[in-house]
Amino acid sequence: MAEPVIRIEGLHKSYETSAGLFPALKEVSLGIAAGEFVAIMGPSGSGKSTFMNLLGCLDKPTAGRYVLDDRDVAGLGKDELALLRNRTIGFVFQGFNLLPRMSLLENVALPLIYCGVEREERQQRAHEVLAKVGLEDKANSMPNKISGGQQQRVAIARALVNRPRLILADEPTGNLDSHTSEEIMALFEELNREGITIVLVTHEADIARHAKRQVRFHDGRIVSDQPTPQTEHAS
Amino acid sequence: MIFAMLGEAWRAMGANRLRTMLTMLGMVIGVGAVVLMMSIGQGAQYAIKQTIAAMGSNLFILHSGSTTSGGARTGSGGNFTLTVGDAEAVAELPGVQTVAPMHPGNAQIVYGPNNWNTSVTGTTPGFLEARSWQVTSGAAFTDSDVRSATRVALIGKTAAENLFGDENPVGKTIRIRQSPFVILGTLAAKGQSMDGRDQDDTLLIPLTTAQRQVFGSQFPGSVRLIMVQATTQEAMPAVEKSMTELLRQRHRIREGMDNDFFLRNLTAVADSAEESTRTMSLLLGAIASVSLLVGGIGIMNIMLVSVTERTREIGIRMAIGARERDILLQFLLEAIIISVAGCFIGLLLGIGGALLVNALTGTMVIISGSSAVVAFGVAATVGIFFGFYPARKAAQLDPIEALRYQ
Repeated sequence: MAEPVIRIEGLHKSYETSAGLFPALKEVSLGIAAGEFVAIMGPSGSGKSTFMNLLGCLDKPTAGRYVLDDRDVAGLGKDELALLRNRTIGFVFQGFNLLPRMSLLENVALPLIYCGVEREERQQRAHEVLAKVGLEDKANSMPNKISGGQQQRVAIARALVNRPRLILADEPTGNLDSHTSEEIMALFEELNREGITIVLVTHEADIARHAKRQVRFHDGRIVSDQPTPQTEHAS
Repeated sequence: MIFAMLGEAWRAMGANRLRTMLTMLGMVIGVGAVVLMMSIGQGAQYAIKQTIAAMGSNLFILHSGSTTSGGARTGSGGNFTLTVGDAEAVAELPGVQTVAPMHPGNAQIVYGPNNWNTSVTGTTPGFLEARSWQVTSGAAFTDSDVRSATRVALIGKTAAENLFGDENPVGKTIRIRQSPFVILGTLAAKGQSMDGRDQDDTLLIPLTTAQRQVFGSQFPGSVRLIMVQATTQEAMPAVEKSMTELLRQRHRIREGMDNDFFLRNLTAVADSAEESTRTMSLLLGAIASVSLLVGGIGIMNIMLVSVTERTREIGIRMAIGARERDILLQFLLEAIIISVAGCFIGLLLGIGGALLVNALTGTMVIISGSSAVVAFGVAATVGIFFGFYPARKAAQLDPIEALRYQ
């Protein structure tokens, strides 16, 4: 196994609710190595979204350890977390989350603004990743002028532009038809072959089978963690 | 990075043009009002200064005092207690620049078929010096004219226009109460006095001529008024004191008795007029600043709405690596751009308004660079001040909450 990108030990997360403290994650431990393609599965309310937020450094655990890329995330300040989200992690959301007033190129180049890359380099790198997802000819279109599948490709390009080690995708195909979903998953597989670690949240078995490993959550705990059966994966 | 952010701020403002413009309007009106009010206030101050300069500087007026006869007091000037001798004695005091005894009155003056009632003042050449009044054509009368009581006159611009029309008055002969007078020269225009009188509707003649031939006097050598000019403003209190002492002595007024003359400090009147216009213009500025404040609150209001509307966008930006200060800067920049742009437009409108007021009413306006700079600085400060709270609110959003926001 290659060096671990993610090492999680005894992770707890509770939320304050009107009914008292609600434990969303209980005693979760998981390691993900570089180059893995992991699907996080489970019914809604199982804690998988909370887990993704913690993985993505958007939230801090109540207890436990989370080491990302050799850094203990629990000890980091807000600016350092922002830096991790900027450099180390690329996000892909269910709802694409492109900024509507910006062209595709500007959307893709946005993360580079926050790490101070000069305009020319921003444009060049944005063009490169747009080409990679096959949308270079639409660089100057606006997000509302293209299809959902294309929007998700742009979102993936945005996630890639800062050359992250890890891509976190939260139900990336949830808003897409099955044909388009296949295309997006094929793109993820290709990125994974290039060495990018991918963690994908989904509740669809069809989508999860594109991953090499499936982790199942239930009631805030991991209930199963196994490789995707090879026969299914090959189909 | 700052350019990229400026571009984004511009785009965000462009996305909701009407709202941006309405927000800006608050600043436009605020700054416009401040600039306009300051220009008018400063114009008024300048006009007052001009009036004071025209009146002559560091002046005192001595009036003859009142007498009491049968219990009724006559009021100032009722008793001709001042004399030419008093004037000459005052002239010798240290700190006194010029002294001009005066005998004012009104008379009908006649030139050919025209006649005109105007103020006729008998005085000495020192009067022109004290009032810093120029003779534009011809020449002033001299001390020898005063000594020999010659029938000569200097005519003010308004009186000259009414009597002579387009003719040059110099050398012409007019009649005052049947006596012929030769016009020696014309006086420079002075405009209105502080109390709104037309100072140019006047005729100046030698003091002795006025007393002996035009108005008559109670006894030879008596005068109603003496104008005294001090050398400097600083010397005025000392001159006032020594003059009072001298006159009491000359008039043999015992300790504890009232003066038989009145002493008025004209500069003090002018100073208080200037002071009141200054207060007025400050007040106008202060009132206008309130609208600037209201404009600032408008910016805050809209920025808060904008932050709420763009919560999801903020969440996305945070997810892809924006730090708190990046979000803060983004929203702060928008507020500053709105207020500075509004300020710039307001500046132009304020200047335009001031010029319009000047063109329509003739009111003097002064557009000073300093008031423009102040207005600009205040507007930028207002933008930062009122933009900071919404921007901080945006920056401190929880990224997960923000991303979930619909």
